[in-house]
Amino acid sequence: MKKFASKLLMAVMAVSLLAVPALAETIKVGAILAVTGGASFLGGPEARSLEMMVDKINADGGINGNTIELIIKDSAASPEKAISFAKQLIEEEKVLAIIGPSTSGETMKIKNICQQAKTPLISCGAAEVIVNPVASYVFKTPQKDSFAVKKIFMEMNKLGISKIAVLAGNTGFGKAGKGQLLKLAPEFGIDVVEVEVYDKKSNDLSAVVAKIKANKEVQAVVNWSIVPAQAIVAKNMRQAGWDVPLFQSHGFGNIKYVEAAGAAAEGIIFPAGRLLIAESLPDDNPQKALLMAYKKDYEAKFNEPASTFGGHGYDAITILAAAIAEGGNDRDKVRDAIENLKNFPGTGGVFSFSAEDHNGLDIDAFQMMTVKDGKFVAYTGK
Amino acid sequence: MTTELFIQYLMAGITYGSIYAIVAIGFNIIYNTTGIINFAQGEFVMFGGMIAISLLQYMPLPLAIALSVAITMLIGALIEICFIRWLKSPSVLRMIIITIGISIISREVAVHVWGESIRSLPYFLGNEISSIPVLGARISPQVLWVVAASALMVVGLGIFFKTTSVGREMRACASNRKAATLCGINTQNMVTLSFILSAGIGAVAGCVMSPITYSQYDMGTGLAIKGFTVAILGGLGSSGGAVAAGLLLGIIEAFSVSVVPLAFQDAISIAILLLILFVRPQGLFGSKEAAGLSEF
Repeated sequence: MKKFASKLLMAVMAVSLLAVPALAETIKVGAILAVTGGASFLGGPEARSLEMMVDKINADGGINGNTIELIIKDSAASPEKAISFAKQLIEEEKVLAIIGPSTSGETMKIKNICQQAKTPLISCGAAEVIVNPVASYVFKTPQKDSFAVKKIFMEMNKLGISKIAVLAGNTGFGKAGKGQLLKLAPEFGIDVVEVEVYDKKSNDLSAVVAKIKANKEVQAVVNWSIVPAQAIVAKNMRQAGWDVPLFQSHGFGNIKYVEAAGAAAEGIIFPAGRLLIAESLPDDNPQKALLMAYKKDYEAKFNEPASTFGGHGYDAITILAAAIAEGGNDRDKVRDAIENLKNFPGTGGVFSFSAEDHNGLDIDAFQMMTVKDGKFVAYTGK
Repeated sequence: MTTELFIQYLMAGITYGSIYAIVAIGFNIIYNTTGIINFAQGEFVMFGGMIAISLLQYMPLPLAIALSVAITMLIGALIEICFIRWLKSPSVLRMIIITIGISIISREVAVHVWGESIRSLPYFLGNEISSIPVLGARISPQVLWVVAASALMVVGLGIFFKTTSVGREMRACASNRKAATLCGINTQNMVTLSFILSAGIGAVAGCVMSPITYSQYDMGTGLAIKGFTVAILGGLGSSGGAVAAGLLLGIIEAFSVSVVPLAFQDAISIAILLLILFVRPQGLFGSKEAAGLSEF
């Protein structure tokens, strides 16, 4: 009898060994991020945030017991690489969903690939064209650039500024921003009197600053670019002794650029997500708790200041995790789950997706900020 | 165009121009002793700036710059000893490919050591917003440092090549390597020395320009292309030519802003490079005979 019991026990154990892998699956999630190269200031924090969050999810026992396997591919901001990685992740790795790419240009190149393969894509690119027109499998977490532009113009209306100069880098981000600025300016009664586009690698813009400074009509400058140009514009303007207000895009949301521009960063006005001023938010703000937690964890783990860009990665993985909890390891169900996500607080704002809105954020996701004594603070007007 | 605007463009042009000229002189020094173009020249500039920024945490600025220049010179020497010296009569093409390889490796090393973020040295005098009025225009004091450092290096190199015996030996190497060897000059050491020198001046450039342009692991490539354009424009091997061509290109770039969109700035310098290669391959200031003798 005893022998039979032990045999039975062994049989149960054997069966349970077989059963365990079937119960808890590994869900593969792909990510295409510009960890190196020209957009590494985006892709680096995004990749680190993803790794941090996936480690955390797995350490907490996974999603419904299923662990996440994160496969990060470094595109170095090259659209060609993004395309081949997207195909590789979909066809060879058979991932459930793809997070990224970091830039709008790369995202537009793989938008159709993911749509045709019916693989959910949660982009970290800012441009509105990613979700307008809506592709049913394509989502994005950063706030729309049109909202950033509107927020800036609303502030200009308050300050009584009506004639502006626009500077933009020749990246996908710069071009999209310039397009929105020129398109929306008439709605707000604002005249764009000077437009200049510069190379993203420019390292001195004093000549172009001199050119627009010579136009006495200019009341404010809007610069739409990524680093290092946004710090250089600020320096060159102040060195030229020109003190009109300088507005920057939401791409300025990293304290490193303030450090890079030093004293010239003081007084720069820009729209950004609330991550940068998490400490000073009222306690009843729905984002405050998670912003503080993300900031603390990220800064403790990587020993660098958290940026809004890392936040886009954080939002992408938390949204995906919430959708996986709902839909499991099934691309269509996960897609439906993301689309049905409502009032989901993230670093970029409170997300409410719908069939028409695959960004899920409204204009209030942005807050106007400025730099004071080398720190970000909420902008309260003159 | 107002005088103020004219001066502002001119000063911007002189700033870029001096930097291009220093990089071009770095190309020339190595070209003269080896007959090759060292495409890793831009990486010397990057190393100079980056190392100084790292050292700054531990020591005052002048010392950090001096030590960084010394370390970069050592890197230059090591590159020559490891990759160039042991080659037995290599073809020019092979050596150029090697330098391109070195440049890629240097960038990869830099991105692993310093990461991808932009860094900069503090302004030597004043800060980001201080400026000096010059005839109604305003320029950053750092511009004066760049121009002064460039001028000092050009003059210093001139004196070194003309008056010191090592300088003369290097020139002998440049004009005829075989004859120099026959005269008892250790030409291999001269080649090492040329790498050390050009790494050194590249590093100085990297330090003085860092507050203005920032330092980043991949800044070398763009500089190398501009420096190469200037070296060709001025006539390969000619230091005076490099200075004149550097300033010329810098000023053309700065003034081009008033006519064509800024994004075409690089297209202009590349167009000039192509034009020169078609019309005057020996450069604006190079002689046809000298160009005919060289291997490249």
